[in-house]
Amino acid sequence: MTLGLIGRNAGRLLVPLIFIFGFYIVVHGHITPGGGFQGGAVIATGVALLLVSYYYRDCLERFIPITNFKLVESAGLMLYICTALAGIVVGSGLLFNWLNASGGLFGHPVAYGVNPGDLFTAGTIPILNFAIGIEVFGALSVVTLIMFAGLREKTQQEEDAEAAESAAPLVSKRKKGKGGRK
Amino acid sequence: MIVLVVLATLILLVPAVGLNFGDPITSSTDQYYIDHSQVETGANNVVASIVFDYRGFDTLGEATVLFIAVLGVAMVFRRLYK
Repeated sequence: MTLGLIGRNAGRLLVPLIFIFGFYIVVHGHITPGGGFQGGAVIATGVALLLVSYYYRDCLERFIPITNFKLVESAGLMLYICTALAGIVVGSGLLFNWLNASGGLFGHPVAYGVNPGDLFTAGTIPILNFAIGIEVFGALSVVTLIMFAGLREKTQQEEDAEAAESAAPLVSKRKKGKGGRK
Repeated sequence: MIVLVVLATLILLVPAVGLNFGDPITSSTDQYYIDHSQVETGANNVVASIVFDYRGFDTLGEATVLFIAVLGVAMVFRRLYK
């Protein structure tokens, strides 16, 4: 079950762009509208497009097993919790923004008012954005893949074999039918 | 039936009698976020600064809810994927 030539080519064209756009939304979450949830959902949309435009077992399962998506999801949640707990160790409390305006990673100072925007600002917010992004991406992909497994989709070879069998000469079919009745 | 009619009337009356959009009773918190979020968190996006800094604990709960939802789906469909 696949979308055919048009669907496959549209998927080939759009899936990388969707991934890049989702990653852009996640990374620029503290500057432009968007953030982890929205960007993760966009990346998961790319996975779903990959799922409907190609054979699952030929394409996605061979390169990325479903376990990796679970791993990514758990890693996102663990990264969020670890960043939250690091606020207690380094700063004053849970989720304390200790990296902000520190001069280090993501620590560039920000002026009040309209400014062009700097990627390396906002302290822990980009890290939490990234954590939530990969968590939502993994979660939605796992849900899509698990529900897709219920379809019991065949591979390209199996479908070709079935088509060849149904197009076989009529003689063999008649023999099969007679044998079935007896 | 009467209860439903009364409820529907009340709901339809909300736009006429209730508060107008963009005109909340208290707006001191909003003004605080608009004035201070850029300096306190360093994020140009005020929404991101609220979601991931001022109310970061809420977001942790949200992520946990999503995780548990996926666990539930994996539990319900566990026979389908090996």
